[in-house]
Amino acid sequence: MKFKKTPESLVKDPGLDETIKNLTPERIVQVVNRVLTKENSARLQAYLDTCVHCGLCADACHTYVSRDKDPLFAPVSKVRQTLWELVRRKGNVDGEFIRNAARIAFTECGVCRRCSMYCPFGIDMAYLLLIVRRICSLLGVVPVYLQDTTNSHSVTSNQMWVQQDEWIDTLQWQEEEAQAELSTVRIPLEKEGADVMYSVIAPEPKILAQLLGNMAIIFKAAGEDWTMPATDGWDNSNMAMYSGDFEIMGRVERLHWETAARLKVKKIIMGECGHAFRGAVYDGPRWLSWQYPPIPMIHAIEYYYDLISSGRIKIKQKYQEHVTIQDPCNTVRGRGLGDKLRYIVDALCEKFTDVDPKQEHNYCCAAGGGVINCGPPWKRSRMLSNRVKAEQLGKTGADVIITPCHNCHSGIEDIIGFYNLGMHVKFINEILVECMEKPEESEG
Amino acid sequence: MYEFSRGPLVWIAFIVLIGGTIYRVAKIYRDSKKERVVHPYMSLSHGMRSIAHWLVPFGARNMRMRPVFTVMSFLFHICLLLTPIFLLGHVMLFEQSWGISWWTLPDGLANVMTILVVVAVTVFALRRLAHPVVRFVTKTSDWVLLVIVAAPFVTGLLAYYQVFDYRTVMILHMWSGALWLMVIPFTRIVHMIFFPLTRAYMGSEFGHVRSARDW
Ligand code: HEM
Ligand code: SF4
Ligand code: SF4
Repeated sequence: MKFKKTPESLVKDPGLDETIKNLTPERIVQVVNRVLTKENSARLQAYLDTCVHCGLCADACHTYVSRDKDPLFAPVSKVRQTLWELVRRKGNVDGEFIRNAARIAFTECGVCRRCSMYCPFGIDMAYLLLIVRRICSLLGVVPVYLQDTTNSHSVTSNQMWVQQDEWIDTLQWQEEEAQAELSTVRIPLEKEGADVMYSVIAPEPKILAQLLGNMAIIFKAAGEDWTMPATDGWDNSNMAMYSGDFEIMGRVERLHWETAARLKVKKIIMGECGHAFRGAVYDGPRWLSWQYPPIPMIHAIEYYYDLISSGRIKIKQKYQEHVTIQDPCNTVRGRGLGDKLRYIVDALCEKFTDVDPKQEHNYCCAAGGGVINCGPPWKRSRMLSNRVKAEQLGKTGADVIITPCHNCHSGIEDIIGFYNLGMHVKFINEILVECMEKPEESEG
Repeated sequence: MYEFSRGPLVWIAFIVLIGGTIYRVAKIYRDSKKERVVHPYMSLSHGMRSIAHWLVPFGARNMRMRPVFTVMSFLFHICLLLTPIFLLGHVMLFEQSWGISWWTLPDGLANVMTILVVVAVTVFALRRLAHPVVRFVTKTSDWVLLVIVAAPFVTGLLAYYQVFDYRTVMILHMWSGALWLMVIPFTRIVHMIFFPLTRAYMGSEFGHVRSARDW
């Protein structure tokens, strides 16, 4: 089989173009066989043998639907162009093949698992394409921006090269910012035995620091006994999980759980991020051979839901803009939090129009699964891959899109710009702080 | 030839089918123990829930999105499985050999069901040519499979209407039927055996582990 030339196959990315020059046929065969026979077994076999090549998964994929149903972008077609060939040829492929396989697996599939809800057999195409990523990663063929985040995890354990002093400085700065609003707010660092450790991902201290201040105010209002680590181990956004470097993925997650254990907290609240939640609760523990996470972790959606439904936080006045929701794959399809998310949005907002399709059936933002992390070279491709999202959001007529996920947030902002939707994206945290009743200053 | 097809061939076919099925299930079960993720997360109730949704017509969103194909597919599978089992001619053979018998389909209905299978296979074949994705992922083996699946039904019809030499057609019918049974465990028709397994696993992952729905 020859790869068809598409505009995407001409995109230049040194992480793919340069690295394939170092590959030898022996190395490729060795890696492919290791991954196919040593690292994977029954699931791979069952999925390969069971697939009846019926194409019923095609319409599930935003890439396929958005690109005028070009057959090259259907889930089963992506597997056909990559994994089926690797299996059939027992790894006897050249560098050019690996380059194209990497393009497909990293930039044209967001491992969102929507297609596995549409396949009659429940074949997990995302898993199959992650196997392809794993092979590419072991061969060192990874989009250069994505590999950089993995390198950052390897060195600093967080995604964006945030150094420890920078981290602590940012938290203290945000504490001061929050105190301007409510003088008693604290961001307690290294408080052993606190009830809650709050986890965030690197983009928060790096570019969206205000979210940290907001959360400090919310915790204060809720009377939460919480803390954050001053050491590495606070970020589990874990791009290594998506680049296929599972060794680093495991290390990042282990450090994160060990940090929580060191602080002796009762539970972890994960901020508004879907990947981090997935990495911490599913992919990380499984790689480490832990059946479930050692300390309970809840996502911010669950926490806000508890706060509002129990009355620990009261809504002073509702948010007035017309809003809609972007359901993040990893917390809605991946955790069933769609109803709670709607409960929160109903409680907070005056005017809410739901999306269609919604909840588990929502389309991925096309940024997730490491796709946005493949960086500027692939941005245009990513935009073309999600026209359906622009249409879906446009139909709601809303002005503001609420999404409790960093990837969705950035991905949707790009879509809004590219398709001129004239909308805005917000985290729940931003609206909650604006609308909730804040404690009286005197209460201290 | 006719006698061999009526006797030993049927035995061979069933032995291969049953033996092959046991082998495939045993192998996949053993391999699944090597996986980190399968067994720890299996849940009977969520697995069954998922299987039920995907065995009931229109039980999943994808089926509702394409009603014509769904009806076609269900008719195909129902007729494909029920017709051979409840066909009067087949039951009579069992009665002659082993003295056991069971309920049978009225002849006219069985005839319609057989025709439906052939029509459905034709539609599947046309779809393989017409739908760009399906065409892109079609392999030669998919065509061979469709022929193997259709052959016993086509020859059955020819025999029923006494087209061509009856005896020759009957032999072809028995051989293609036997082939049909024997390839089940070793081709993509293995989906019949693996369906409950892959579905139950996905149902457990979605329902039990992630509290979400997969239909
Ligand atoms: C109870 C067992 C079975 C189940 C649950 C099952 C399920 C399915 C499903 C979900 C599909 C996907 C496409 C569609 O809906 O048409 C399919 C396709 C198909 N099945 Fe089955 N099946 C079973 C038994 C069989 C058997 C025994 C045969 C033949 C001997 C068969 C032949 C086929 C064929 C040929 C297709 C492909 C249609 C195409 O070319 O698109 N199935 N089956
Ligand atoms: S992007 Fe999502 S729907 Fe498309 S192939 Fe990948 S996992 Fe399936
Ligand atoms: S993955 Fe499922 S839906 Fe897609 S072609 Fe294979 S069997 Fe059909």
